[in-house]
Amino acid sequence: MAARMQMAVSLGFHIVFACIGMVMPWFMFVAEWKWLRTKNQVYLDLAKAWAKGVAIFFAVGAVSGTVLSFELGMLWPTFMKHAGPIFGMPFSWEGTAFFVEAIALGLFLYGWKRLNKWVHLYTGMVVGISGVLSGIFVVSANAWMNAPAGFDWIDGQAFNIDPVKAMFNKAWFSQAHHMTIAAFSATGFAVAGVHAVLYMKNKLEIHAKAITIALAFASVAAFIQPISGDLAAKNVAKLQPAKLAAFESHFKTEEKASLIIGGIPDVENREVKYAIKLPGFLSFLAHGDFNAEVKGLEEFPEEEWPPVPITHYSFQLMVGIGMFLMLIAALFFAGTYKWKHWFEKKWWLRLLTIATPLGFIAVEAGWIVTEVGRQPWIIYGIMKTKDSLTPMPGIQYTFYTITAVYVILTFVVTWLLSRQIQLLQSKYLKNG
Amino acid sequence: MAEANLIILVICLMLYVLLGGADFGGGILELLSRGKASKIVSRAIAPVWEANHVWLILVVVILFVGFPSVYSTVLTALHIPVLLVLLGIIARGSAFTFRHYDIDEKTPKAIYSAIFRYSSVFTTFFLGITVGGLILGEISLDYQLGFYAVYIHPWLNWFSVSMGLFMVLLFAFLAGIFTVSEIEDKDYIIYFTRMTKRLMISLVVMGAIVFATAKVAGHPLLKDFINSPISVACIVIATLALPAFWYFLNKNKGNWLRLTAGLQTTLIVTGWFAIQFPVLVKTNSGHDITIQAAKAPEQVQMFLLIALIVGVLIIFPAMGFLYKTFKFSEEPDS
Repeated sequence: MAARMQMAVSLGFHIVFACIGMVMPWFMFVAEWKWLRTKNQVYLDLAKAWAKGVAIFFAVGAVSGTVLSFELGMLWPTFMKHAGPIFGMPFSWEGTAFFVEAIALGLFLYGWKRLNKWVHLYTGMVVGISGVLSGIFVVSANAWMNAPAGFDWIDGQAFNIDPVKAMFNKAWFSQAHHMTIAAFSATGFAVAGVHAVLYMKNKLEIHAKAITIALAFASVAAFIQPISGDLAAKNVAKLQPAKLAAFESHFKTEEKASLIIGGIPDVENREVKYAIKLPGFLSFLAHGDFNAEVKGLEEFPEEEWPPVPITHYSFQLMVGIGMFLMLIAALFFAGTYKWKHWFEKKWWLRLLTIATPLGFIAVEAGWIVTEVGRQPWIIYGIMKTKDSLTPMPGIQYTFYTITAVYVILTFVVTWLLSRQIQLLQSKYLKNG
Repeated sequence: MAEANLIILVICLMLYVLLGGADFGGGILELLSRGKASKIVSRAIAPVWEANHVWLILVVVILFVGFPSVYSTVLTALHIPVLLVLLGIIARGSAFTFRHYDIDEKTPKAIYSAIFRYSSVFTTFFLGITVGGLILGEISLDYQLGFYAVYIHPWLNWFSVSMGLFMVLLFAFLAGIFTVSEIEDKDYIIYFTRMTKRLMISLVVMGAIVFATAKVAGHPLLKDFINSPISVACIVIATLALPAFWYFLNKNKGNWLRLTAGLQTTLIVTGWFAIQFPVLVKTNSGHDITIQAAKAPEQVQMFLLIALIVGVLIIFPAMGFLYKTFKFSEEPDS
């Protein structure tokens, strides 16, 4: 349990940094591009400020990623022994993508004067592309744990390993687009939110421009996300019916299954209290047909159930936030095309402020949904999490240490960024 | 195919020792030098830092894809020192970044610097302990034996400790070379040349102590060394290179200096590897994990090799471009 918690904390920490590292380069790229097109100095300042942010997140993300590559073996040696050769290929590609990202970022950060403007812009794009690619590779490895493929499992040993099949497993595509879009949405709303707070204090042009760029990305992402989520859910229904049932706390197998919104799952009595039920909608969402049969948890032995309440709450939270962010996105589009004066209004900036952490809360919730929802399996249907744990006793101390370190790190990074922002701010106020 | 991947692994390891070593050693050297001198170190080392961990990640990835049981066994038995190394990596990496990007010149920078320097020593020391644990072969595969025997004994012994100290000196030495060949101020060149020479002498002495503790621990390190022609060749060349090295140091020939230091380190790693071969992890039960036993199936090795080659083909031109862009610069513009 401590090992699982440690993994959750480490990944939960890393995922935020990874998302920002994937997406913020695109923002700085657009800012620089705008500068090249409009010659407006504000865009250049913005690109430089964001690039500093990217550098900080990239460096800390690289360190936490290095740690993760060891933690996998320190906590789950049995899992890695069997799974390493099968799902390792995306990791080796990820290494390449990460390397390219590091080189391109180095060029971008230190090459403002040294490189041709357009070459410099191009390095920014390479940072963004390789960032997204490395994210997709890692997610593909995770997808393999949900939809194992590319090997035959005979007597506790893997035979006939096919790394290509393993990489392009049945879950990789739906997980990859869902995660990538989520990263854009979460980072976009977070960046826009931070600049909204600053804009309320000082109506500087730089913040207005920043909000527009970040929200443009976030809003498009927020609109595609439900479609992507729907595809992902249909895929889960096909590949991991027990997981889908846990999302919805759907205990009994039935046709015209209802979609359960909210509520408190009561695992013992196998029911959900105080929930809104929409008959037939779960069948529709899972299989595209209101009358289709959806397997309930009762189909599976109870020891193979994922922890139902956590999965259920996380799923509801994720979907709820997704809907809310989509609403903000709709308002943003409406504002852009017709009601421009909205963007100066207090209620709008407040709304953006509220949305700052929401995207990342949804990302974390989604991560819990996919990871906790797979339990008790570490490789779905093949290997149980508890069987892959390190034999070392006292693993909880490792967990306490790692957690403490990450908590401290989170505070320091936040503090550091707030100081960077203050610096930017004061520079602008001085110059008028 | 597995052998090819293993060779790439060893090359990555060398690059990590050289580049990562100069980086880790930078922190140690900062600790050894005072006042303005430590600032000079941090400026000289700064460009090495950004992408260094990639080499370590590559080593780890090749291990768990190509030689999964090595990865699992080592990280189980050496869980504790590896954890300490990781904590050190987090501390120094973050402190370095924060020092670079914090705007305040006073208190926080001093704290970041202190964390960076001490954790550099700490990390390197435990990295050496981990390597010591790997070489000594006291790793136990019988997990019923009790906590001390399985999780502490393999790495907590005089041999590993002396390996830890050896590593600290080696990395500081590498950083010294890097600094000497990077700076232009005459006074500081003399200052760091002297320091590098001292580090070099300590390194040779420490190397002897490593062999001595191995003998005390009952490990036939010396005998294994003599029995392996490659290792003997490595030692002979490394020793012959020493006077040349001293000469370059006195004449301050930057590029030659780096080349010989690189050669020395490469020889140390190759020498070690030659004695181990074909054993990858030594255990105390006699069931050593060999390449043959640890390697993943041929199909996996092939795809791993393809991925590595394609990766190299993409990365090296990009790296070349990076170096070309910044080669003629003193101060990076930001």
